[in-house]
This record gives sequence, structure tokens and C-alpha cells, in this order.
Amino acid sequence: MPTPFRSALYFTVATAIALSACGAASAADGADTTPTATPSDNKISIVGFAVPEAANVAIADAWAKTPAGADIEFETSYGASGDQSRAVVDGLEADYVHFSVASDVTRLVDNGLVAEDWNAGSNKGVVSSSIVVFAVRSGNPKNILTWDDLVKPGVEIVTPNPASSGAARWNALASWGQVITAGGSEADAEAYLKAFFANVVALPNSGRDATAAFLGGTGDVLMAYENEAILAHQAGEEFDYIIPDTTVLIENPGAILIDANPKATEWLDFVLSIDGQREFAKKGFRPIIDGVDYGEVEGANDPTDPFPAVPNLLTVEKDFESWSSLSKKFFDEDAGIITKIILESGKAS
Amino acid sequence: MVSRATHVRRSRRSGGLSTVSGLGLGVAMLWFSLLVLIPLVAVVVTSTDGGWAKFWSSITNEQTAAAIRLTVTAAAVVTVINIAMGTLIAWVLVRDRFVGKRILEVLIDVPFALPTIVAGLVLLSLYGPDSPVGIDVANKRPAVFLAFLFVTLPFVVRTVQPVLSELDRDAEEAAASLGASRLTTFRRIILPALTPAIAAGAALSFARAVSEYGSLVLLSGNLPLKTEVTSVRILSSIENDNRTGAAAVATVLLAISFVTIVAFNVLQKVAARRG
Repeated sequence: MPTPFRSALYFTVATAIALSACGAASAADGADTTPTATPSDNKISIVGFAVPEAANVAIADAWAKTPAGADIEFETSYGASGDQSRAVVDGLEADYVHFSVASDVTRLVDNGLVAEDWNAGSNKGVVSSSIVVFAVRSGNPKNILTWDDLVKPGVEIVTPNPASSGAARWNALASWGQVITAGGSEADAEAYLKAFFANVVALPNSGRDATAAFLGGTGDVLMAYENEAILAHQAGEEFDYIIPDTTVLIENPGAILIDANPKATEWLDFVLSIDGQREFAKKGFRPIIDGVDYGEVEGANDPTDPFPAVPNLLTVEKDFESWSSLSKKFFDEDAGIITKIILESGKAS
Repeated sequence: MVSRATHVRRSRRSGGLSTVSGLGLGVAMLWFSLLVLIPLVAVVVTSTDGGWAKFWSSITNEQTAAAIRLTVTAAAVVTVINIAMGTLIAWVLVRDRFVGKRILEVLIDVPFALPTIVAGLVLLSLYGPDSPVGIDVANKRPAVFLAFLFVTLPFVVRTVQPVLSELDRDAEEAAASLGASRLTTFRRIILPALTPAIAAGAALSFARAVSEYGSLVLLSGNLPLKTEVTSVRILSSIENDNRTGAAAVATVLLAISFVTIVAFNVLQKVAARRG
């Protein structure tokens, strides 16, 4: 048996054992729910999308050291953002929700589970933020630095599927918005996206699947998020990430449910505080407030300056009106601009 | 008391069920209804929420129709391959003696035991861009077939194997002594006995393939019109809060699986009667 084959076999067997051991059968197999203790006044149920789990655990540990957070028990459930939001509508118990996109909170508002004014605070409902980046192979062999480099012939792109993953929509928005920012028309943006999806070699269903496919050797560039790239570096994965000059500010919303444990409000206050945001920063998220002293962030391109300013940072509010309007315009199942472009990409070649 | 006794007697006289087996049937039906029948009916009912036009437009959406075609074709092809390969593997396991037979016996069930997403990782590392064996089918059609083949392998093997090991070899020897060639013996004596088991395994294999999702998501790339399977389309509809559309597509899959299972059942019956 040749050595590469054997090592690959060992790797897969080890992965199989590790995965089945920790029960992390991934988003595809549903959320990973960990009940901790019997219901009590000190229990807060967190329902969130998969990405900030590590950060939330760190924030909970930090909170436990304060008087308000002492003796609090958490019951947590993490999974794909849309699935988690639908699960709460269908009765999954939650005091605090933390989703990838605002429309997943809007769904709860529509069902009377979250107050209409959930995003009226100074943070506008946002609890964590990051940016869209390009993950490339170590050493960046294809020299991918700009959006134009992505659509060059022969560049293979992996991006999670914006049709089936709400979080993947941030990437699609970034690729659209950067054309408009550069002075292009909507027709130019459509032309760019056509070229972009013509270079897409895989459309996995979630960010996690896309990362797994990329790390498994698929493609030259992965449309990724800065925090995921930093967290993956912290976990020992080897790839580079590039911050383009124009990108989208990812704003993940958080909200307290109407009939939540009152303690949950104190939790949210802590999450939004300098101490809470410091823990987010340590795991790769950009703080949503100024004045957070996070020191060095391991895993960032430059740990001493982990979150360099982006020359053109697009936001949903400034550049795309709102989640509900952009969802309809771009991602509607029949008429969405990006839905159609993805379909067209299947007909080419 | 009296009335029940009369009832039991009457039902026995009319060829009906005894109390115990009646109770058994009741429990079985209740169990089956709760677990299978009611959820399936719910899916079908949901699919009609938007009316016939909505149902029709959901399943004739270009991307969805392509996904259904790919899924059903791939499942059918894979089932045919499984009928041949599964029977062969079962034959080898029952009739041949070789080193490592016990290990093979256990390994056959691995696709059952492995969480499908882990199967996906294994397939990606073996048949993806970094393939140690030099086969890269990632994001191409063969990836879908490969994933289906992987997860459905055990079905025919496991249904044929016990039948084959119980098979009376006297008939084969008699056929041979009467001058039948080995091929004729296989065709006239062995195959008819195995057909019901093969049909049962094939039906399971087809139904499993049609619904497969986890093992192929990493390898197939979900490319529209090319490698996107139906379950991915269902997920897309759900992400867009279009449960009616998702249920419509699920109903089509359900109908196809149902027809296939019934067809294999009929085949099983016919074969059993002739055998």
C-alpha cells in the first residue's frame, strides 16, 4: 500500500471516529442540542447559528465571573441559522437567539415571539460582526487579491449556496456590491456575477460544508468570513485569507424573546459590553463598539492588528436597504436576480 | 364478558382474528400510523396548500425538474448495479471460503453505520481533488453515483445472503447430475429462489438512494442542472420559507419511491408463485 493512500486512510478513519465521538454530525443532520440541567430561574436558553458557538462559550465563562452572571446555567442549541430560526417558531425553547441574518429574527417577530422594536437599541440589534474575505491556498499560488482576480479564467471558486444557506447570502451581496461601489451599473453587477458563478466549482449547502470541501482540496478560493478564517487558523488549519478593498460588513443579529427569563436581558447587555465584545474579538469577530482592548488575536494575518480597516465597507442598511427587500430582489425562488444567475451558470459549459 | 366471548367465537368462525392477534394488529397499525402514515399524509397535505398550480410550478421549475431527473436516474442505475454486485458479494460471502471473509462480512455494514456526513468526508478525501488513488470525481456527475453506490451497497447483500445460505443444494446437485450446465443451474434453480430477496433489496436500495443527502453534499458540489440532487432543492425551498414547495417536491419523491416499491413487491410475488 503506498504511503499517501495509507495516510489518507488513517486520516479518514481518525476523522470518522472523532466526528462520531463528539456527535458533531454537522448542520446537515440537525442541530446539536445539549440540555444541561433542570429548568430553573437561573437558566438561559441560547439558540444560535453554528459559527459563534465558541465565542458564546467564552463570553458565558467571562460572565460567570461577574455577580450578575454567577450561577447561571445555559442550555444551548447551535445549527444552521435558518433551521434554528424555524425551530424556535415551531416551539424550540429560547430566551436569547443569535442568528446569521436579520431575516431569521424577523421571522420570530412575525410570529409574535420577539418584540417589534428588537433592533431599536444603539446596536440596532447587531451583536457580532465580521467581513467577507477570500480564503486561498497557502502562499496564494494563483495570486488572488481582488474581486477581478476571482473571475479570471481558470480560477475555481467554492462558495456556500445562497439558495439554501442564509449566511451564504453575505458573499453574494459582497460580490454584487463591489461592482456598484466601483461605479458599475446593475447590468455590470449582473455581468460580474455571471462570470463569478461560471467559475464556481462547488456550491455546498452551508458555510461549514464549503469550508470542508475547500480544505478537502476543492477549488482555489473559498468565499469565507474573517472570523471563520481566524478560528480555523486557531484550530491549526493551513490556508491564507485575503481581505479585499471592498467587502460587506456582516452583521449578525441577536434578540431576546418576549417571554424570556429576565436574566437573558442582563446576558445580552454583557454580550454587547466591552467585556463581551472582547471575547468575540478573541475568536475573530470584529467588535461592534469602539474601545475594546483585545490585545493580540491569534490566527489573524497580523495578530497585533487583527482587524485592519477596509477602504470600502458596505452595509445592508447603507447599500441594500433591508434584508427583506434584498431577499426578494436577489434570492426569490423564482425571480431573484442571483437565483436566475445560478440557474444560468448550470446551462453554460 | 359474554358478549366478548361470542364476539371472539364469531370472529373465529368467520375466519377473523383472535383477540391476541387482533391486539397485535392494532398496536402495529397504531405504531406505523404515528411514525410513518401521519407524517407522510402531512407532507402530502402540505404540498397541496397552494393549489394545483403552485404544486405544478414547484415541481416543473427547471432546476427542480433537472434535480428530480438526475436523482431518479442515478438511483435507478445504482439499483441495477446493486442487483448484480450485491448478489455477487452475497454469493462470495456464502459459498466461498477465503482469508478475510469475516472482515468483509463486517465491513459490508459500514455504510449503514457511518453517519452520512462522515461518509461524505471519506468519499471526498478518497475521490476528491487530493485523491490518493488518482480518481477525482469531485463536483462531477459520477460523484452522485458514487455516493449512492456507497450508501446503498448493503441492501441487496443483506437481503440475498440469508436466503442463499438456506438454499437447498440438493436441487443444484440434481440439476448438475441431469446434465445442466452451471449457467443453466444458476438461471433455472438458484435465481428464481433468490429473486424475491433481490427484489426486496433493490426496492430498499432505490428508495434510500432517492432520499440521499449527507454523503454527497461535500463531493457533488450541488451544481444546478449538473450535480444538484432533489433533497438539496427541498432544502432551498425550506430556506426560502416555502414549505409548500418543499412538500410538493417531497411528494413527487414519495410517489416515485412508492411506485418502485410496489413494482418490486409485485415482482417478488410473481417470482414466489413461479418458484
